This record gives sequence, structure tokens and C-alpha cells, in this order.
Amino acid sequence: MAQGVWTIAEQREGEIRKVTYEVISEGRRLADALGQELTVVLLGSNIKEKAAEFGHYGADKVIVADDARLEPYTTDAYVSVISQLAKADQPAVILLGASVQGKDLAARLSASLDVAMAQDCTAFSVENGNLVAIRPIYAGKAYAKVTYENSFPQIATARPNVMTMNAPDTSKTAQVIDASFSLDDSQIKTRVVEVIKDETGKVDLTEADKIVAGGRGVKNAEGFKVLEDLADAIGASVGASRSAVDEGWRGHADQVGQTGKVVSPNLYIACGISGAIQHMAGMSTSKVVVAINKDPDAAIFQKSDYGVVGDLFELVPALTEEAKKFA
Amino acid sequence: MNIIVCLKQVPDTEAQIKIASDGKSIMAGDIKWIMNPYDEYGVEEALRLKEKFGGEVTVVGLGPKRVTDSIRTALAMGADKGILIVDDAAEGSDSNAVAKALAAAIKGIPYDIIFAGQRGVDEDLGVVGSSVAELLGIPSICLVEKLEAAADGKSVKANRLVEGQTLVIEAALPVLITTQKGLNEPRYASLPGIMKAKKKPLEEKNLSALGLNPAEFGAGARKLKVVELKSPPERAAGKIIDGDSPQAKAAELARLLHDEAKAI
Repeated sequence: MAQGVWTIAEQREGEIRKVTYEVISEGRRLADALGQELTVVLLGSNIKEKAAEFGHYGADKVIVADDARLEPYTTDAYVSVISQLAKADQPAVILLGASVQGKDLAARLSASLDVAMAQDCTAFSVENGNLVAIRPIYAGKAYAKVTYENSFPQIATARPNVMTMNAPDTSKTAQVIDASFSLDDSQIKTRVVEVIKDETGKVDLTEADKIVAGGRGVKNAEGFKVLEDLADAIGASVGASRSAVDEGWRGHADQVGQTGKVVSPNLYIACGISGAIQHMAGMSTSKVVVAINKDPDAAIFQKSDYGVVGDLFELVPALTEEAKKFA
Repeated sequence: MNIIVCLKQVPDTEAQIKIASDGKSIMAGDIKWIMNPYDEYGVEEALRLKEKFGGEVTVVGLGPKRVTDSIRTALAMGADKGILIVDDAAEGSDSNAVAKALAAAIKGIPYDIIFAGQRGVDEDLGVVGSSVAELLGIPSICLVEKLEAAADGKSVKANRLVEGQTLVIEAALPVLITTQKGLNEPRYASLPGIMKAKKKPLEEKNLSALGLNPAEFGAGARKLKVVELKSPPERAAGKIIDGDSPQAKAAELARLLHDEAKAI
């Protein structure tokens, strides 16, 4: 009988990623609802010292798989180790963060275990002792409630920035266990040969707390300068609509929407974006939405908490100055 | 170099999605169906590799008869052959089952690289590519935005953008690549291409012909069940901020974002 909730920690060069704590916090709530234990699984190289602090966020146990071949992440090595551990312990639920790595790992892990997986979920609950997930589909044009049919472990990924993080309680610690696994070099068929770091220092859109995004109204690549200035003033990342990306004003990594990134910031400021359904789909789980557009009939005003009608090239610099007063 | 492209047909990204009366599915009535945008990158990349290394590009899709149109589009772009897995029993299958059917169809074809979209822009699961690779026992590299094949055609280097960095990943062939925007700019089908596509082989296969048990497919065999489908929560239209000047409007907006929304 499958028993227990697992969350898979995500680390990069020994640094634990924020989404890890969000997922542990949600895992704690689900474990309580199921009346079961919460176990965090941590993979990496010389990583064990990071394990105990997961207890502060609610983990009962941490299983650590420490091996030089588990840094950096490769799909092959991680799937091999986690599927061995899952087959041995048979957890009921495995939760991961819906980061690029988490989504890749969840997809291949579910295939390896031949079980169902719900990707990029925005809410979880327990009904009749089983995991139930809410996930936006059609990039958020519809919300599906999904259940698992005789498929254990029930695997899901949680959208970054959505799950409430528990306040750490330093009086709580987790029991740390060394994983027993075998890893054969011949199983690792992909190799990271180079890591190119993004030197801008900006937080990726999918993890950003604030986003300033521009669309067709920004007019050209240079027009994004005023958005960059606002973003710098409030600590935001810069995004773009599909038309701005298709025009070549911004790189595709900046695109928010159905064929770009799906984002959930605390604050989303849309500048010169009309509000095409394709775009709205990608930012609908933002908490506070601001629209700045010169067209008073732009659809985006119907989906915004605050709207300002006017020329973004006047309004955005003025907002930058005003925002600095609160910095 | 023999290349396979997995193809899915999805509602046009501009389409309004309406929930059907069963509360579990979408109204398919007036939807315009298109090739999954991420699959177009796969077709384009396959054609570029073929132009460099020779070989054959085969497009494999699953779904009802209408999927033929999207496979023909890929053939018109320049792919050589198409296979459509079409079977009433496969309707409503989940990603696990779809991957099994695709893998079964691919098994009989020689291949060096398989492309799949990083996700279908309908269910947004992003699991079929990885599952096909797992079933075929080959490595998968997901979300690839740049691909370079070695001159000897025996390995690839793939750039994969993760949060804040790009990983360059190397793998010997065969490998499955899932495509991300930025990989290339897909070509349009030319008129001669469209004419030629009509004569290119497009084979239809049902599940039994692939040696699969139809009972393991369809809505009834889903491991991931959609029990309810809802429209997204509506965000009520909020405050329109007035002011005599851009400065006044900006000041009021900043004040509201700070005092009321507590967002700055």
C-alpha cells in the first residue's frame, strides 16, 4: 500500500531553489490531510548539510542521495535514482516544483514508473485519501480538476510562486537518511558540457515576484528602455507579448503567453499590451495586474486591477520616479 | 540521418475555449485546428538536418481523421512520409497511452533523432516526448532552443534554457529532442510543396495493427482523469486611475500599489 508524501528538492551548485520550500510547504499540508509523513528527497554532490533545514518547513524525513554524478542535474541520473527509491519505498504522492528541471524530471519519472502525472498545478487537495489537483490548461483558458485512477505514486508539479510558503520553524528538524541506490555510468546518456550563465542578474520570469511587460505599443526595441528603468526601480523582470517578440524587439525567453512562459508574479504591469487571449492566458494567475495603454477600449483593462489610460512613454517614466519614493 | 517528428493537432491559440455541457470537456464545434506550434519547430529542424545529412523525415501523428490536414502541412513543408494512428478506441486517451501508441509506430522505422513539441498547447502536460523516449529506451533532451549535430552525424549538442542559465547538453544518437520557441523559424509550405504533398505516402494505422490492445486506450483507460473543467476565475475590471497629468496619474497608481495592493 502506497504511503507517505514525497517532495523532490531542487538545487543548483548546492544552493536550494526557492520553489523547493514552496513544494515542501504544500507537501506538509497534503501529508497532514492524508495523516501521513512528509519526506523530502534531495539529490546532489556533497549536499547532505542542506538536508536538516527542510525540517524547518515541515519535513519529517529527508532522504539524501549524494553522488558526484548527481551534479549537475541530468535527466537520466535523477530519474534512475528517484525511480529506484520510489519503487523501494512506494510513496503515495510525489510533488515537484514546475521549474524547467522539475517538469522534465516529473515527465520522465512518470514515464519510467508508468504512472500519471499532473503538470504545473495551481492548487491541491485530498479527497477520499487521494490527491486532487487543479491545473490550468489551454494556457489558463480553462481550469481542469484532475484525479488519478489506480496510479501510484500520484505525481504532480506545482507552479512556482503559487503555493504559500510556511514560515520556517527552526525548532523543528528532520531525520536525515542516506539513500541506498545504484547508478551505472552506462545509464547516463546525456552530459552537460557547458553552462552559460545569464549575466543580467534578472530573475527568470517564471520565478519573478514582479514583471513589467511590453507589447506592440512599445513600438521598437529601444522603447523597452523605459520599461527596463521601471523594472530596475521596483526590482522586476521584463517580459514581452508575442507581437513584441515576433517583431524581434525582445528575445523569445521574454515571451509571456500561450506559446511562451506562464507566469505568476505578485505584480504584473502590462505596458502597451492590448490583451490578446494568447497573452492573457500566460499571466492570468498574477496577483495584481496593472494595465497602461493609450487605447481606453483595450481588452486588457477588463482584466486588470488598476488601469491607466495614456501614453506609456510619459506614464512609465513618471511611475518610475514615483515608485523610487517607496524603494 | 533518419528523423521522426511527433505531431499533435491542437485548437488555434487564438481560439476561445468554451466548456461543454458535461463540465468535463471543451466545445469542439467551431474550433479551428492547427499543428501544435511547437511541432512546427520540430518539422523545420528535421528538414534542416535532412538538407545537411540526407535521409528521411517521417511525421507521426495520432488523432481523428482531421489530423491528416496537419500531417499534409508537414509534408508540404518538405517531410517525406506521414503516419496517422487513427482509431476510435484511441479517442480521449491520456498522455501515457498516446506515448505508447506513438512509440509502437516509431519502433518499426529506422531513426536517429525524434522531435516532439515541448508541450501540446492544449492540455499543457509536456509528458508525451519524455514518455516516448522512455518507452524506446533512448535519452531525451527537453526544451531545446538550439541544436547542433556533429559533422559525423553521430551525436548532438543541444542548448536548453533553464531559469537564469543555458545548459549545453551532449548526447550520442539516437536521441529525442523536445522543441522550444527560438529553435528556428519554421518555413511556410510553398505552392509546389503543397502539390507534391498530395502524392506523398500517408499511411493510416489502427491500434491493433501496431500490436496494441485497444482496451488500454481511450477515455475509460485514462490514468489521469479530468473530473471537472471550469472557466478561469474572472478578474473583475478594476479601477481606472484618473489625473490631470501623466505625473498625477503615476503618483496615484504608485500610491495605490503601495498602500492598497501592497505590491511595491
